[in-house]
Amino acid sequence: MSETIGAILISIGLAFDFVGTVGLVRFPDLYNRLQAATKCVTLGTATLLVGAAVYNGLSALAVKALLCAAFILLTSPVAAHAIARGAHISGVRLWPGSTGDAYLHQREEQELDHAKTETT
Amino acid sequence: MIIHIGLWVLLLASFLCLYRISVGPTAPDRTVAIDILGTLIVGFVCLYAVSRRQDFYINIALAWALLSFIGTVALAKYLEGRKFHE
Repeated sequence: MSETIGAILISIGLAFDFVGTVGLVRFPDLYNRLQAATKCVTLGTATLLVGAAVYNGLSALAVKALLCAAFILLTSPVAAHAIARGAHISGVRLWPGSTGDAYLHQREEQELDHAKTETT
Repeated sequence: MIIHIGLWVLLLASFLCLYRISVGPTAPDRTVAIDILGTLIVGFVCLYAVSRRQDFYINIALAWALLSFIGTVALAKYLEGRKFHE
């Protein structure tokens, strides 16, 4: 029974992983690729690790796999946010079909505020 | 059975990541692909540990998750053009 549930969870995780990497190859822009790949692969790998823990039964491997899943769920969005911020600041342009760039306006306002405080 | 299929699927996904690392036009593209490849390798090692029924492989997955996160954040800070202590 637990092997069946574990196999189903592993299959779901593998499907998410594969779709995420296809998005990493196919999307036109850094930011599109980042959001497709990061969200899909984070959820997919976490599901896969939980499925492996359920498949294996209660043991040291299962506990460490669950710990690994929790760690990935915590750190992967942080890493993706840091990459997006670094890429935007280092000057990677958006895809021409994008509809807006809110972070650019925010950064311009911050720079204006900074200039004001320096002159006064 | 599903474990062996899963190992092959993750290998194929890793090759898609390697394609993006090799052709990605800018450095942040490669950083994203390296981050995703690290996460995929964690899942691969965990499935390998289950298929071999050896507990110690999962320690490699834990260490890889930690080091991959630290490396990605360091690369992102480098792209941002700031010092590491800020």
